[in-house]
Amino acid sequence: MAAAERTAGTPQPIGYSRSGIGRITLVLRWIALAIAVILFLLPFYLVLRNALATEADITAPEWTLFPKDLQWGNISELFNDESVPIARALWNSAVVGVLGTAGQLLLASMAGYGLARIPYKHADKVFYAVVATLMIPGAVTFIPSFIVVSSLGWVSSLRGLIIPTLFSGFAAFLFRQYFLSFPRELEEAARVDGAGHFGTFWRIVVPNSLPFFAALAAITFIGNWNSFLWPLVIGQDSSSWTIQVALSTYVTAQTINIHQLFMAVAVSILPLVLIFAFLQRYLIQGVTQSGIKD
Amino acid sequence: MSPRTTTKGIRGNTLWFWVFVGPFVIGLLVFSYLPIVWSLVLSFFEARNTVTPTEFVGLRNYVDMLTDRNFLSSLGTFSVFALFIVPLTFVLSLALALLVNQVKIARAFFRSVFFLPTACSYVVASLIWKLSIFNGVRFGLANTVLDWFGIDQIAWLSTVDPPWFWIPIITVRLWLQLGFYMILFIAGLQRISPALYEAAYVDGARPGWQVFRFITLPQLRATAVAVLILNLIAAYQAFDEFYNLLGNVNFARPPLVYLYGISLGTIQDLGHGSAGALILAAIIMIVTLLQNKILGFGKAND
Repeated sequence: MAAAERTAGTPQPIGYSRSGIGRITLVLRWIALAIAVILFLLPFYLVLRNALATEADITAPEWTLFPKDLQWGNISELFNDESVPIARALWNSAVVGVLGTAGQLLLASMAGYGLARIPYKHADKVFYAVVATLMIPGAVTFIPSFIVVSSLGWVSSLRGLIIPTLFSGFAAFLFRQYFLSFPRELEEAARVDGAGHFGTFWRIVVPNSLPFFAALAAITFIGNWNSFLWPLVIGQDSSSWTIQVALSTYVTAQTINIHQLFMAVAVSILPLVLIFAFLQRYLIQGVTQSGIKD
Repeated sequence: MSPRTTTKGIRGNTLWFWVFVGPFVIGLLVFSYLPIVWSLVLSFFEARNTVTPTEFVGLRNYVDMLTDRNFLSSLGTFSVFALFIVPLTFVLSLALALLVNQVKIARAFFRSVFFLPTACSYVVASLIWKLSIFNGVRFGLANTVLDWFGIDQIAWLSTVDPPWFWIPIITVRLWLQLGFYMILFIAGLQRISPALYEAAYVDGARPGWQVFRFITLPQLRATAVAVLILNLIAAYQAFDEFYNLLGNVNFARPPLVYLYGISLGTIQDLGHGSAGALILAAIIMIVTLLQNKILGFGKAND
């Protein structure tokens, strides 16, 4: 019976029999799953709880599972508080997220397509120059990048936040690999109809690659939205803070009430939860394709 | 095709190649290659509060950094961190992947729950950890739970002896990253042919540990190596959670937090900062190459 199950069903990395021991491990497995689910969801619950509680309720010596009474007014309080430019920070993050993602995908997809499909005698040298940048560990370049951006006069500007992040060697590499396996027949059909490289790319290749674009877009947007070190380095003026920098600054500066802070955290998570709900399939595809998040 | 059109075609291709690849390559030169070169130059110069080198000092910045007790201790902090986080992430994400892969109902639900935190930022997670769970004195959830068992409150983020601060530092990264590596492991598990399990069963392998040890684990080799390398590189680059949970404290300061402090903090010493960043980059690259060689990344594949 176990064998029949194995052939018919999905692969079972650790098989188990229906014996007594099998039943015990099955129960233990479900207990482990249940505990893991609670632990993974608990932080989200804490955000919601504290976002909708009063300050006194959060800091009360007796911790309670539910706040004493729900304060829906915390939302409007957060956005009406002039001393806390959360709205501005959210806007900055949205601009950085959207423009940064669109720009990165445009540049990387074009470069990837050129490298994969347009015959040019030095194409391999250009490709090596792109791949070489993958060797450089991302986070240790923040000092040299800051130096360049600062001599361009882009510190504390959206340009400085966005433009240096657009040129991802990794994204170009992924696009090249993807376009190498793009069916040539489709492109040739367009060629026969008289389309050049540009027409073929825009009218045939891109529309037929939308799931791949969606996967990388979801990953890139989340990465941009959550990025902290670079916005911290560049955002030296509060007008150019992203939401991550703002949240981090408020904790140390204590210019914001704790329930407001948690409401801001909740608001900052919301776009990601929406992306997650609608694009999860692409997100998972992107993770397995790239194996890298930031 | 006549020779004439072929030549024209090649010229056209060269032009179009650069139309497609040119903008990207220019950006790469300005924002990747130029910074590295500039940083290399600065690392041989005195450069305080300025991005233009002032006085040539040769290798002095490098010698200073390699004998700087704070920098060395930041490398030590990293090593301890990696020692905890790499094996824990590996074992726990594999365990989650096996658990989720085996459930027959609501598999998508479980996968989503464990994957959801990877969408959160380190800043957000650090705030939850610092202000809600591991808030040291009065209303932290961890202390509330300890209180149920009659254990005294612990100041999680400032207790150095014993080093309780590692618990929030490690758990925050586990929460954020396990789902990501779990997805990689699930993808790896799903590539294993069911025929192998059937063969093992026919050969009399006992389900459970034996099958896992002799079928699953060897088949996951490529994924496992990728997980280890990504994990270690990510650990080297730790910044966000240390900065937000502990700040720039001398007892637990990974290299990036220290370099951020000396080059962009109050001192703004870009010469020493550049030298430190290049030393760190060299260490990461050497370790990655060694790891590739030892673990055979890219060779073991299906």
